[in-house]
Amino acid sequence: MLCDICGKNPATVHLTEIIDDQMNELHLCEECARTKSSAMEQQFGLSDLLAGMVDFEQKNKEEGIPAVKCPNCGLTYADFKKIGRLGCGQCYNVFRQYLAPLLKRIHGSSQHMGKSPARRAKSAAAASAAVVGAATEAPPAAAPSKRKTGLQELKAQLAKAIEKEAFEEAARLRDQIRAMESKKNANK
Amino acid sequence: MQINDLLNHTSEWLKGTGPNSDIVISSRIRLARNLSKYPFPHWANKEQLDGVLNDIKAASSKINMLKSSTLFVLGELDSIDKQFLVERHLMSIEHTQKTEKKALLVDDEEIIAVMINEEDHLRIQLMQSGFNLFEAWSIINRLDDELGKLLDYAYLDDFGYLTACPTNTGTGMRGSVMLHLPALVMSRQIERVLAAVSKLSFTTRGLYGEGTQASGNFFQISNQVSLGHSEDEIIENINGLIRQIIEQEAQARQILLSKNRTVLEDRINRSFGILKSARIITSQETIELLSMVRLGSDLGMFKDIDRRTINELFITTQPAHLQKIENKKLSSEERDLKRAELIRKKLNLL
Repeated sequence: MLCDICGKNPATVHLTEIIDDQMNELHLCEECARTKSSAMEQQFGLSDLLAGMVDFEQKNKEEGIPAVKCPNCGLTYADFKKIGRLGCGQCYNVFRQYLAPLLKRIHGSSQHMGKSPARRAKSAAAASAAVVGAATEAPPAAAPSKRKTGLQELKAQLAKAIEKEAFEEAARLRDQIRAMESKKNANK
Repeated sequence: MQINDLLNHTSEWLKGTGPNSDIVISSRIRLARNLSKYPFPHWANKEQLDGVLNDIKAASSKINMLKSSTLFVLGELDSIDKQFLVERHLMSIEHTQKTEKKALLVDDEEIIAVMINEEDHLRIQLMQSGFNLFEAWSIINRLDDELGKLLDYAYLDDFGYLTACPTNTGTGMRGSVMLHLPALVMSRQIERVLAAVSKLSFTTRGLYGEGTQASGNFFQISNQVSLGHSEDEIIENINGLIRQIIEQEAQARQILLSKNRTVLEDRINRSFGILKSARIITSQETIELLSMVRLGSDLGMFKDIDRRTINELFITTQPAHLQKIENKKLSSEERDLKRAELIRKKLNLL
């Protein structure tokens, strides 16, 4: 059997294409198959699929989001939308509020139920819990629960955030500490 | 171990043993893991990828389960060697491209294969013959625990194991079962079965995983969802589905035997005849004919052919394997000649 596209080389790759419910069988040589598959990938890769899901989910909420950048690896949300891959583990914290609904769409859930690593730094769990509070709600809304915490507590949280390289969280804490300190000075 | 040593070895998953091995070729579990201190491979620079590779090398050298394993650095292999490893199902096609700082760790029995710096820092894979996902899970779980003691995995309590692609987040687990379903294909029930599979959010792939077409009546079924269920639940869900498919294939085989016995025997014997006498044969034709012979063997038609010989031929007749056996580069035409020769040798010896 000869290749359906070039008609010269023997067909060694057999492909079923479904376009608008029409099933087409294609018999291609290795070279034409390679060209065809890369053309198809360009047309519709997994990243497009994911990006599409993100779009669908976030269309109305997303103004200004693509500029959010992971302080650890530098990946922006716009990068993620383009390539369909996150840059590092920290990205999951930074983009948490957009990722949670996406994960729910993909998996039907955004809550892990499986095993956990044998070695798990306790500070990592604590730091992530602190960031959860900050990221699942909009920053101003997250503030009230934190407002009660004392200066010392905030400073401890800041140290943890810096250690975890959660710089966005750290910046927020730093501003809070500054505000509290200037208030204290003003009251003197 | 050298790559060439694999040539004379039968991969664990090809042995044709284990539960339901008349219908289930193999069971495979893979776990996606990343190290918390480095960006994911696609976003990391050379030094970081090097760091990943060195950390994993150091950790794996301390693990007993990996004592008899070999590390292949992909950048040092030629294209035939890389293709050879893909044909043996030890790694993905993706792992053959942009090979800098990519590596593959394989144990002597070819039960464990760990891809380093593929889409994630670690893709740990465990293979078993037959329908055996829980056994695969119990071994890979132990290995993952050992690695997790030495390496700091990227993990969050609520999202679980963090992966480059959000489709793998959570358990990072994919369980796959490779099925041989000739009777469901012949009786034209396969579309119905596959439609049900995708409705239940499982995926079907061909012999070589992601993006490959089902051929030779082989179908690889795996879970899509990796978050929101425990590993045991995910495996139990796959198992439930696979048990039903096995039952349907077994029934379809019985119906073909009772209603169309002569037609079926004719087709199987003709396939065997072509394989035993062909002088030129493509890999596609080989897979299709071998599939029929395997069915014949499962149905007890060939008392003296063992399943393992047929299973091995599916792999050793692939392009890179033929070139490794001949120890030189072969054109497509030359391969078709050598392939026919190899099959005649193996089948006529029986």
